[in-house]
Amino acid sequence: MKDKEHVIGKSVKRVDAFEKVTGRAKYTDDICDKSSYTAKILHSTVAHGIVKSIDTKEAERIPGVVKVVTCFDVPKHYFPTAGHPWSTDPEHQDVKDRLLLTDHIRFYGDDVAAVVAENEVAAAQAVRAIKVEYEELSFVLDVQKAMEEDAPLIHEEYPRNILKHTSINSGNYEEARKEEGLIKVEGWYDTPTVQHCHIENFICYSYMEQGRIVVVSSTQIPHICRRIVGQALGIPWGEVRVIKPYIGGGFGNKQDILYEPLCAYLSTVVGGRLVKLDISREETFVSNRVRHAIRTHIISYVRPDGSFAARKMECFSDQGAYASHGHSIAAKGMGAFPQLYPCPNIEADAYTVFTNKSVAGAMRGYGIPQAMFAVESHTDDIALALGIPPYEFRWKYLMPKGYTDGFSKNVNYFDSFHQCLEKGKEHIDYDRKVQEYANQTGEIRKGIGVAAFWYNTGVWPISLETSSCRMVLNQDGSVQVQVAETEIGQGADTAYAQMTAETLGIPFQKVHVVSTQDTDITPFGTGAYASRQTYMAGFAIHQTANLLKSHILDTAQELTRHTKQSLDLIDGNIVRLGDEEILMSLADLAEEKLYSLTNNGHLTAESTYQAKTNAYSFGCTFAEIEVDIPECRITLTNIVNLHDCGKLINPQLAMAQVHGGMSMGIGYGLLEKLLFDEKTGKPLNDNLLDYKLSTFMDHPELKGDFVENYEPTSAYGTKALGEPPVCSVAPAIRNALLQATGVAVDEIPLTPHVLFRRFKEEGLL
Amino acid sequence: MSEKQYKLVKCIINGKAQEAIVDVRASLTDMLRNDYRMTSVKKGCEVGECGACNVIIDGECYNSCIYLAVWADGKEIKTLEGLMGPNGELSDIQQAFIDEAAVQCGFCTPGVIMSAVEILDSGKIYKREELRKLLAGHLCRCTGYQNILNAVEKTMYQRLGKELPDYLESR
Repeated sequence: MKDKEHVIGKSVKRVDAFEKVTGRAKYTDDICDKSSYTAKILHSTVAHGIVKSIDTKEAERIPGVVKVVTCFDVPKHYFPTAGHPWSTDPEHQDVKDRLLLTDHIRFYGDDVAAVVAENEVAAAQAVRAIKVEYEELSFVLDVQKAMEEDAPLIHEEYPRNILKHTSINSGNYEEARKEEGLIKVEGWYDTPTVQHCHIENFICYSYMEQGRIVVVSSTQIPHICRRIVGQALGIPWGEVRVIKPYIGGGFGNKQDILYEPLCAYLSTVVGGRLVKLDISREETFVSNRVRHAIRTHIISYVRPDGSFAARKMECFSDQGAYASHGHSIAAKGMGAFPQLYPCPNIEADAYTVFTNKSVAGAMRGYGIPQAMFAVESHTDDIALALGIPPYEFRWKYLMPKGYTDGFSKNVNYFDSFHQCLEKGKEHIDYDRKVQEYANQTGEIRKGIGVAAFWYNTGVWPISLETSSCRMVLNQDGSVQVQVAETEIGQGADTAYAQMTAETLGIPFQKVHVVSTQDTDITPFGTGAYASRQTYMAGFAIHQTANLLKSHILDTAQELTRHTKQSLDLIDGNIVRLGDEEILMSLADLAEEKLYSLTNNGHLTAESTYQAKTNAYSFGCTFAEIEVDIPECRITLTNIVNLHDCGKLINPQLAMAQVHGGMSMGIGYGLLEKLLFDEKTGKPLNDNLLDYKLSTFMDHPELKGDFVENYEPTSAYGTKALGEPPVCSVAPAIRNALLQATGVAVDEIPLTPHVLFRRFKEEGLL
Repeated sequence: MSEKQYKLVKCIINGKAQEAIVDVRASLTDMLRNDYRMTSVKKGCEVGECGACNVIIDGECYNSCIYLAVWADGKEIKTLEGLMGPNGELSDIQQAFIDEAAVQCGFCTPGVIMSAVEILDSGKIYKREELRKLLAGHLCRCTGYQNILNAVEKTMYQRLGKELPDYLESR
């Protein structure tokens, strides 16, 4: 039998590329009818307070204003916003702490009132004309200060502002650290508040149709959005329909329900008319979601050979004003700690704490970029304290082959860390450079650093993992494929088309992935997050393609009189096994079946796969820098990321994911930080000029490579890649700085301000 | 609203003579999107920071969000919609964006391609570092800029009939 043509593993071009390079791809604003009303939100100008009164009279008099709604008007259905699968167990449900608009202001930028107007100008004028009287309350911006007894309480039901505290205790830390001859290494590591900065701001529009509410939204999670709009409006979930067109990036911000419930509500108060809510860049920075700033304290007791006797971690995660994804982020980061460098005696505590700042939610890496900055910076601190080269320390103590996590049942099946480290070392010529850069003096110095990470694939066993798929055969032998795992730029639709073509046995061009999700039409599923799409949707696609193939071969048996077992579907043809004779094309079969006067049928398949596995994704970053000590400036000169994300479905698109993650990691390590005024809580750099997003000028060439170990638990051998590339970049840069200067800088971004202070402290300036 | 707030703007958009009455406060982005449905012109910041709205005006690339619609009177404007040939042929730079996987979410893509058109139409040869500077008015959160740069640089060499440098061949 001749080998089948494989489309998996080929760098086919994106299925949506043509639409996107011609400007034909339609995003939310592009398809919103121009007859729409425009809505705008009035955000609070205090960080903490109670709205005493609102005067809307002047606003209502502005020509073109249709409706002004305040926090005193909205229904009091508290709802959660996190893009998590719902749980029927109340203990596992997300915290319901949001209202459509609120009179208890908890951060500068909270939502007080909204205006619906005939046009944008009137809406903007009306927002400015609304007069709000606040009773100001004291506020707190620092996560540890917020935990003090006398700190202002942000949510009454959470004493000391602690949303949640969880611990890991394994072995006996207190006993183990008494072992003689141990060396104690301790550090505090700080990561900043950053924003996703997808280029399309959040936008949605809403209208009513046949008594139901329709929301078209730039979201990663349409089915979750349907549920939350239902919860927020207090209506049955089936009365909500959510449609997701092309979206201009998400990175986790749109894995939260942002303003869909408010927009839906505004439509209901203007008779179900079309209302558009187009969020500005400034609002995106302040009133959407940000990445949790996490302060991490690590103590390691190590033997002189580097082996760990006992370790302790505390993390303080800055939740901002509302629960959103909440403790999941800090818990995930803490969960990575005992596994990266296994140690028998661990004590760890994670606190997620409310502050009067912008709300933190999901962002690419979900707690792991923060944890890896802390853990991998600390690893270099240990190596330095022991006089062991940092690469060798990692080689010896990183999670070994065969390591199994008791909770997720993940297994490090291969020797992925060693393979990644070795490959990266060659790419960047590590051995030579690490020698060359040792013991430098002078004002300009070079350094090279390394950092590793591991990452999960999806959310099992913490919550539900499920994917459903539908395939429909057309007259010409082509198929439509639908899943709920959304295309958000990562290239998922293309990977789905490759999987379908491969398993069904039809040419790639004959697969039409329906890019738009519509909760009335798309099978149920939870969306794009947790680097789950190729892994989770892969199961459902594999299963559904086999189901459809079985139906097709049943029909082939009817039409060819050959037993089904002797037939296969290869490259769009019904083939007789054994002699490889093509008996008929799938197109002929489909046409015959759909128009048969004797045995008619519509060939389709639909199935759900509930995944009860997870998979470790591994990798590391090598970074090389040049640092100008008097200028306190770092130039990243060379960087390479190595990944074991299993089998590559599409190598070119996989590499593109790596580039994007590295870019975000570079910004995280060197440039980005959302700042808040200490005196008012007001965000200071809520725009793309003052918030330093990396530009074309801020990167060296981005290099990546893969170790392709076929993931045994996966339908196509693949596992997480969307988020992993961001995870180890910042600590690799920080460790390069340590090598270049001997100065350990334990906070990012590594801006001149931070370097100046540290270089001064260490006597370099 | 008073009548003086509206003005007739006549211009050529993608080779076609057009005219519309526009609000004097409207940006060129607003006019192109709302009056002419040129939805390739994207809004990412509306204050000239991100480059998603870039269009070519009389041969020069601008942030259309900070260019008043009324200034377009008498001008020749080109948007991404105008690049495709009459029979649906893609321009070389559009094809390069597909081939080099320079497109992800696609939201910054139209603006970057328009800047690339300006660069390529100059007929000049630029070093990679110069191209970085020329394209630096565009923000992209998906691609890390790597494949965009490759697409622009390769198209530049191809247009000039020059061989690709080794570092591009191997990509």
